Amino acid sequence: MSYTKRNDGRKFDEPRKMEAKIGVIPRADGSAMFKIGDTIAIAAVYGPRELHPKFLQNPEKGILRCNYDMTSFSVPERKKPGPSRRGTEISLVIEKSLLPVLDLNQFPNAVVDVFIEIIQANAGTRCAGITAASMALAHAGVPMRNLVSAVSVGKVGDKIVIDLDKSEEDYEEGATDIPVAMNGDHEITLLQLDGEISKDELLKALELARKGCAEIDKVQRDTLKEFYRGIKDE
Amino acid sequence: MGKIFFKEKDLVVPGDVLAEGMDYLPSGGCIRENDKIIANHLGLVSQENRFVRVISLAGKYIPKVGDTVIGYVADMSFNGWFLDINGPYEAALMVKDVAEFIDKDADLAQFYNFGDLVIAKVAKVTRYSNINLTTKGPGLRKITGGKVLSITSTKVPRVIGKQGSMVQMLKEKTNCNIMVGQNGLVWIEGKSSEDELNATEAILKIEYESHIDGLTDKMKEFLEDKNELHKKK
Repeated sequence: MSYTKRNDGRKFDEPRKMEAKIGVIPRADGSAMFKIGDTIAIAAVYGPRELHPKFLQNPEKGILRCNYDMTSFSVPERKKPGPSRRGTEISLVIEKSLLPVLDLNQFPNAVVDVFIEIIQANAGTRCAGITAASMALAHAGVPMRNLVSAVSVGKVGDKIVIDLDKSEEDYEEGATDIPVAMNGDHEITLLQLDGEISKDELLKALELARKGCAEIDKVQRDTLKEFYRGIKDE
Repeated sequence: MGKIFFKEKDLVVPGDVLAEGMDYLPSGGCIRENDKIIANHLGLVSQENRFVRVISLAGKYIPKVGDTVIGYVADMSFNGWFLDINGPYEAALMVKDVAEFIDKDADLAQFYNFGDLVIAKVAKVTRYSNINLTTKGPGLRKITGGKVLSITSTKVPRVIGKQGSMVQMLKEKTNCNIMVGQNGLVWIEGKSSEDELNATEAILKIEYESHIDGLTDKMKEFLEDKNELHKKK
């Protein structure tokens, strides 16, 4: 059966409505919220600060430590709080997707901690998490070459679509979901894929992701500038 | 000739291209990537001859030799203290760098104890992670009395003002003794708690509105209004 119309009436290349906010956690060095459709992620950044235990320190440059978790009320069925197999894996891939843009050479033996909490989930949580974390890092003043934005693309039925929601992820036997993260220059820093997709379709999907990421990148930049400009104009 | 993509004092975000061509040089807050200069901090951009610079609006305090800082004693060892100075690393204050004479087997806690606030100077920095402080010098000592408040270290130049104009004005108008540490801790000591409160309010206002031009005049007005209000009472 072919997938002719998206459940929420979006076009196939149209991401959900986005909203972003800076400084949502006052005690953190940097923080941000990113909302895409019904998915809401908040990120807090602490550091650079000295890393303990000491054996984890790298005397050549600072390290990045990410922690991704979903609040217990973020999903329809209660999620047991705390680290899980899935959470640990996602923390690791988020860390690797953010590291290429960070410049931590001037902070030996230090750590930058990033905590990502999903307070409402409707698919695409790791992408929302990466987007929020990238803004929080900029807000914390960590030197970084570029921002990172992320979006999921995939194949639902026979169509290539951007920014799948939960109903699309579960469509028939399950869709092919591809989370993609890119920096501002459209260089890919994260690409995960499970499911089936042909080479041509994958290239088409990546092209779609590039467009989506550019859109998210613009939201990120505008939000960061707006945050400081708001103070300026008062 | 290279191209420049910003106006003076523009707000830039990491990844923004500031200039193109080899005619311009990055000098803080930005980096060169191939023939482009890219911002790697969130901040205000400015240009001086061939140098492009981003003044960061956020971030931890990076110690520089000669800075006067305020720190609190976070740890102690047999030959000195470790001070939290709001930066990525704790700074060491060795017994030999202290102004007081300290006997060989004296109890170090008698001089500076845990939680004590100390005005000190950065004496030596090796690749950021090893910071040595000293209290040898005029005005460097343990803080007694008054209050300390914390602001973002990147806003410190605005609180001090050009040649100290802002802090001088604050001292006059609030009758407080004010010491601004480069790391963002500010010590205020006044004759009454009301004076201290006025100074605190003013400094927090400066931090919040730090990008505005002509801030010293604005703050002067603000404090004069306050003083007048006080007289009426």
